[in-house]
Amino acid sequence: MRIHIKGGRLIDPASGRDEHEDLYIAGGEIAAIARAPEGFHAERTIDAKGLVVCPGLVDLSVRLREPGYEYRATLESEMQAAVAGGVTSLACPPDTDPPLDEPGLVEMLKSRAKSLNLARVYPLGALTAELKGERLAEMAELTDAGCVGFSQADMPIADTQVLWRAMQYASTFGFPVWLRPQDGFLAQGGVAHDGDVATRMGLPGIPAFAETVALATMLQLARATNTRLHVCRLSTAEAVAMIRRAKQEGQDVTCDVGAHHVHLCEVDIGYFDSHCHLVPPLRSQRDRDALRAGLADGTIDAICSDHTPLDEDVKRMPFGESEPGATGVELLLPLALKWAMEAAVPLARALGAVTSRPASIMQVEAGAIRVGAAADLCVFDPDAHLRITPESLRSQGKNTPFIGYELPGHVRYTLVSGQVVYESVG
Amino acid sequence: MPRNPQLNEKGALQHLLTIEGLPREILTHILDTAASFINVAERDVKKVPLLRGKSVFNLFFEASTRTRTTFEIAAKRLSADVINLNIATSSQTKGETLLDTIDNLSAMHADMFVVRHATSGAPHLIAQHVGSHAHVVNAGDGRHAHPTQGLLDAYTIRHYKRDFTRLAVAIVGDVLHSRVARSLIHALTTLGAPEVRVVGPKTLLPTGVEQLGVRVFNDMRAGIRDCDVIVMLRVQNERMTGALLPSEQEFFKSFGLTPERLALAKRDAIVMHPGPMNRGVEIDSSVADGTQSVILSQVTFGIAVRMAVMSILAGS
Repeated sequence: MRIHIKGGRLIDPASGRDEHEDLYIAGGEIAAIARAPEGFHAERTIDAKGLVVCPGLVDLSVRLREPGYEYRATLESEMQAAVAGGVTSLACPPDTDPPLDEPGLVEMLKSRAKSLNLARVYPLGALTAELKGERLAEMAELTDAGCVGFSQADMPIADTQVLWRAMQYASTFGFPVWLRPQDGFLAQGGVAHDGDVATRMGLPGIPAFAETVALATMLQLARATNTRLHVCRLSTAEAVAMIRRAKQEGQDVTCDVGAHHVHLCEVDIGYFDSHCHLVPPLRSQRDRDALRAGLADGTIDAICSDHTPLDEDVKRMPFGESEPGATGVELLLPLALKWAMEAAVPLARALGAVTSRPASIMQVEAGAIRVGAAADLCVFDPDAHLRITPESLRSQGKNTPFIGYELPGHVRYTLVSGQVVYESVG
Repeated sequence: MPRNPQLNEKGALQHLLTIEGLPREILTHILDTAASFINVAERDVKKVPLLRGKSVFNLFFEASTRTRTTFEIAAKRLSADVINLNIATSSQTKGETLLDTIDNLSAMHADMFVVRHATSGAPHLIAQHVGSHAHVVNAGDGRHAHPTQGLLDAYTIRHYKRDFTRLAVAIVGDVLHSRVARSLIHALTTLGAPEVRVVGPKTLLPTGVEQLGVRVFNDMRAGIRDCDVIVMLRVQNERMTGALLPSEQEFFKSFGLTPERLALAKRDAIVMHPGPMNRGVEIDSSVADGTQSVILSQVTFGIAVRMAVMSILAGS
């Protein structure tokens, strides 16, 4: 379908473009910017006056819950949620049941996702078989099946010999390795940041150094093996400083932060609110400020939703017994916008953290508006504030600490390959 | 953040979940009410009719003999009907969730739940769930709080020392895992005790414990010197098997309360323990049974304090 997106504010973080221009789409691609191609007749015109037109969002961590956790969410429900949030490309971690450690599972997931014709799904393969941290997974086979990188999700590798060899092997083929830094022994039994709030509430703590000890190991092994390392879900000020230093020293490393951790901290646990039971734990205000500063100065490359839909039953439990995680793919844009407003970061810079930069971490063609590129777009009203309610979320998971919040950014249209896959009335 | 979940719209006590955040007037009111119940135990008929016709459910998701018994006695002396449920051995093992259990008991018209649970915050969850129809008393949750113990400790201290505003109180031992310590610290700081100390090895003190308004000592002798009150905490046997402590003997050697160490405190210092004691681990028998020990008074006062809490909740 030929579409004319008219009168919008076109923001393309990759090129730095931020101006009012029309966009012309044909054959699933961006056909032209600003001036219509010769003989272009739009079959549909989208009035984008007052709206921002930007690349479709790229989310580095969305749990789609298939295979194995279909009672929590299905591919259909979560892909609908993704496009409702303006997300057109997403990486899904391998912590399914069974984990994504076999090419057949990855192919099945890819083809199921493709048949839905919604967002593009890029699986992360398991770095080790069954995520057990013992034997290497078949990384070359998994890459052929469609994996864009290798990860342990939230299962740390205790044996540093295995971690070293896994990185060496991945580096042989140039496969990126995505790891969340947390020392399993130091974090054992913990459910909240080991700080003032946990001490007061009597919650078993996860110390900040559970993150930095693991991060130091990862950075050194990645350097020694020349591995392309992506560090997932930073939560501490010290970890931000370590990444900043590693980047200054020229190490090939990128990192992301979960959208919740940009806004919330341990104090938000309030009276044992299990919706604030997250992985990694919400840390101190000082840590949150450092994460924001790291985002602003580019130390932290991307914001992701770390989307984890759960059923209400596993949250209606005492804090420490509840399952950690929050649904979030629909809140990625609002939370990025909220940060941009609060931190006075230009919109184009902020959108880069959810479009072009995560796309380059995933090494996929996405997150940019270029003539000839696939027309994956998000068109949103930056001034509208929406109240988050369980009913407003399309995800099957309603577990979010942001219920009741008014958040900025109303997605009006989402396009994938030039098809309108989501639209909402104003 | 929502309104303090243990107070109703008028600021009166709806549930007793933690001492933290309660105004001094409420604590003092509970202690004064407890004082009025002390003599009930000495009468021929040990009953007052304040909770007549009310059902009190003792919900113990974690084993306890002493606390459950004192709650039961307190409720019966208030003329309530008491139902004891040891859930650790019943429906929870059949897969029923905590809130399902509460719904079932609410349908039996429970007026008050006395809850002990191994996980911090469980009574808060129950209190949010039952709303204003019933009252929840926290009888100990995880490491978080044991407010009636904190109150009975405060009652005991007030009984022997009269005035909180001149006291130095040392709390010794496993503060990390102790709900008793947390509740007592909040009670003492709210009631105006100027010096609350925690004493123990670094492995048994929580991160940033100073934030609770206490002074931290890692040396037992310095920690109890010139104190008016020494509260010894129970050290659980399972702490001895991991990486927290090497042995009972070594703990006793470094942090056990012996007559020699007790002599460093004020001459009229009192010795307290929430029970059950490990003689020879945290406390020497001669101290536990000595003239400065008020450990058995704590148990007696505990019943009066629990009567006070239940009668105040029922009247709110």
